[in-house]
Amino acid sequence: MFQNLGEMAMLFWRTLRALPLTWRQRQKVFEQFFEIGNASLLMVCVLSFFIGGVLALQTGPFMAERALVNYLGGIVGYSHCRELAPIMMGILIAGRIGSAMAAEIGSMRVYQEIDALRTMNINPVHYLVLPRLVAIAIALPMLVIFSDLVGWLGGAVVAAANHQIDVGMQPFFASLREVVDFQDVAHGVVKSFFFALIVGVVSCQQGLATLGGPRGIGRSVTKAVVNSIVLVVIADYFLTRVLLK
Amino acid sequence: MTTNLQTNSGGVSVQVRGLRRSLGGHEVLRGLDFEVKPGEIFVIMGPSGSGKSVLLRHIIGLEDPDAGEILINGESVHGGEVLDKYRMALVFQSGALLNSLTVGENVGLYLTEHQLKSPEEIRRIVAEKLEVVGLKDTEAKMPNELSGGMKKRAAIARALVIEPQMILYDEPTSELDPLSAAVIGKEILKLQERIHVTSLVVSHDRELAFGIADRIAVINEGRILAIGTPDEVRRSEDPTIKKFLTADFKL
Repeated sequence: MFQNLGEMAMLFWRTLRALPLTWRQRQKVFEQFFEIGNASLLMVCVLSFFIGGVLALQTGPFMAERALVNYLGGIVGYSHCRELAPIMMGILIAGRIGSAMAAEIGSMRVYQEIDALRTMNINPVHYLVLPRLVAIAIALPMLVIFSDLVGWLGGAVVAAANHQIDVGMQPFFASLREVVDFQDVAHGVVKSFFFALIVGVVSCQQGLATLGGPRGIGRSVTKAVVNSIVLVVIADYFLTRVLLK
Repeated sequence: MTTNLQTNSGGVSVQVRGLRRSLGGHEVLRGLDFEVKPGEIFVIMGPSGSGKSVLLRHIIGLEDPDAGEILINGESVHGGEVLDKYRMALVFQSGALLNSLTVGENVGLYLTEHQLKSPEEIRRIVAEKLEVVGLKDTEAKMPNELSGGMKKRAAIARALVIEPQMILYDEPTSELDPLSAAVIGKEILKLQERIHVTSLVVSHDRELAFGIADRIAVINEGRILAIGTPDEVRRSEDPTIKKFLTADFKL
């Protein structure tokens, strides 16, 4: 994985330099953005609802035993928006969108479509990487905000429905409002922006580096997903350290 | 490949000097030297794996050689600038149409991406070029709806949109039936007559080569065995060339 870091850095730099061309590629950015939303929204919903739910289920009875259940909304809300939403959405997007990016670009590479672009003087970074990276960098933070809302709702539903916890929606959200502020949500959103860049760059780099036939595409997809997840988790630790200060 | 779409001003010359390239430890090109004149149809023949396609990729600048140089109108390809100065197109063996785009979008891609014309004008040019290659009214089709021959003709239409000064064809008749192969051969001849484009054709199709070429180079194991007019090559005494030109299915 680490042998590709140099290539990833180069690709990221070349894409950054191409940023002024984003407006020109806006149609493709929109298409990618739609694709990401369309492919992930339902999964984000289900995943976030159950993450919120399981958080309430794990912590609720424990807190109820110690008469701390009034803080349940705050605990669920805080941990979801600061940590679980960005990391889980990062992993979900790596699997769902990163794999698709690596497969699409990889097959274009294998079937000489990228060479065809180059012979037409069309830069593959401008044409393929830039729209994907911009779209994922906008989409993932938005998905994380959406995940926060659904996750909180999941926690609230479980807290209200589970007889061991038995915290109503109103006290759950009152506690959440008391503990969670804008900064906490922003913390998760900022993290997810960096996760999006990691997933986008890793997946596009793996796609562009694809060699061989369908087997090579499969190898690139696997590497894109695994490398993205590993780098997202590593980045999560360092970003948390930086953002906690 | 320039972004200035100008009226075609005839073909360009190509000089290949001492070209060498190794891939995976195997020397694919072993010091090639030849020249292609402006407006000429130059066919490079040879058996599969003789280095023909690799040579083509070097000429259009997709690969860098280990040694030697390629000059277009006297300027080196591998500086990069020459590719902006002269309009060149490569028709890939597979067509290499972008599968996510329609045929029309593929053909007009160069104009769209470089924003050289208005959408209406691009539509008109695309329709015109598709008609030239006998693919009228196929703009809305996806590449996977086309046959092998149609894909190749669509790829030629995409090359024509560039108004090229040189077109490179990689095995233009491979996987085609004899009728489709003849159509492609005629298209290459028509283009040369109409716009005096330099055509560099890589093929192991003997009928195509002798039917359209002004000159032929026979290449084997990365070396040129002979260069000359079709008649000169046909009269060659080189045993490898003789074997290649007379091979048939009789055991």
